Amino acid sequence: MKPAPFDYLRAGTVQEAQAALAAEGEGARVIAGGQSLVAMLNMRLARPTLLVDVMHVAGGAEIRVERGQLVVPFAVRQAALLNRRDLLSEVPLLAAALPWVGHVQTRARGTVCGSVAHADPSAEIALALVALDGTVHLRGRRARRLPAAEFFTGMMQTAARPDEMIEAVSFPLSQEGTGHAFNEVGIRHGDFAIVSVGAIATGDRLRLAIGGVNDTPLVRDWSSLDERQVDDALNDLAWSLDARDDLHATARYRRDLVRRLGRKTIKEARQCAA
Amino acid sequence: MRRLIADQTHSISLKLNGKLVHAEAEPRMLLSDFIRHVLGAKGTHVGCEHGVCGACTVRMDGGLARSCLTLAVQADGAEIETVEHLAPEPGSLSVLQNSFRRHHALQCGFCTAGILMSLDTLLHDHPEAGETEIRDALAGHLCRCTGYEPIVTAAMEAAEILQKERVNA
Repeated sequence: MKPAPFDYLRAGTVQEAQAALAAEGEGARVIAGGQSLVAMLNMRLARPTLLVDVMHVAGGAEIRVERGQLVVPFAVRQAALLNRRDLLSEVPLLAAALPWVGHVQTRARGTVCGSVAHADPSAEIALALVALDGTVHLRGRRARRLPAAEFFTGMMQTAARPDEMIEAVSFPLSQEGTGHAFNEVGIRHGDFAIVSVGAIATGDRLRLAIGGVNDTPLVRDWSSLDERQVDDALNDLAWSLDARDDLHATARYRRDLVRRLGRKTIKEARQCAA
Repeated sequence: MRRLIADQTHSISLKLNGKLVHAEAEPRMLLSDFIRHVLGAKGTHVGCEHGVCGACTVRMDGGLARSCLTLAVQADGAEIETVEHLAPEPGSLSVLQNSFRRHHALQCGFCTAGILMSLDTLLHDHPEAGETEIRDALAGHLCRCTGYEPIVTAAMEAAEILQKERVNA
């Protein structure tokens, strides 16, 4: 349960960090809060040759609002975002989902972008980013932006290249008349989600995002869905997912959670929108 | 920007419980091992080593940290506080520690150091914390002896005493 050896470099600027990643190639990894990565190192599921620490880069922890988006740079800790005064009005789905991210002890260190980079299928931040059509800002030799849905390519797999780091993620600010809700079931509060559900309701339109079942967050849209159609729609959705048995839950239990949490979350989002 | 090479030790300076210390560590050394084996402060316990059990929780620059999910090199220049820092002076206990003793909030004591750090931080940052907040902080810890009830009782009593002390101060 001790990491294999690696070099460590504390970057002073984004350019330094990116240059180090580019020079090292496949073996390099960015370390920010380390709450996912160090666990992977301890279990030797990750064996990087170089860790590039980006937490001492100036300006990396400054959240900003820019062109209708909440921009969260690479060094923003989850606790800092959760404690942001206006988060509930700016991005209500994030405000609802963040208390479910790990525990208070891991949120104090873990970063928002780090969770996105780790791409765990049950991660709440990834779910919120995909549900809201957020954007991942990547920095390699050049900067590029990817829609969240294109960024997550599989279980712990992303479209980021070895020489790229996440410079920021951005979430569209909430529009008036839109309701958001989030629910989750795990073994303990703060453990990995068995199923998590985010709902966004605008007028008749409805979007549901499901985490913890498929390899990446899954999004389903309905242009209208009245009360009598909800159960059938959720049943269809549950069966369309790639639910599997694992140590924590059976596929059947996961489908049932999708139906039950889905119904509850839809109801809450519609109440918020009203 | 200096690259610290694997398999070599590098000098690390940090404040441990208010005292500036200098020591050497490889890049792969965990903060938990650095605190215990290199600095010799063995109050912090190590349980699961992947961030689940909470036994190794310390305070880093005022916020909580799993020392098993932190590298010693990440803590270079930081202020670290461990369970040894809680007692106001040798031979006495803090309000929270006294409540733990009164309510039998520990049996084997393995998880206690981490739990004390989380609750001490909670009661410092949120003096108005009630049962919900206390249970939320405890969700990040595993205790296989107590069933948690005595821990919650002790924390709630400590919160009450600390609030009274604050009013009277």
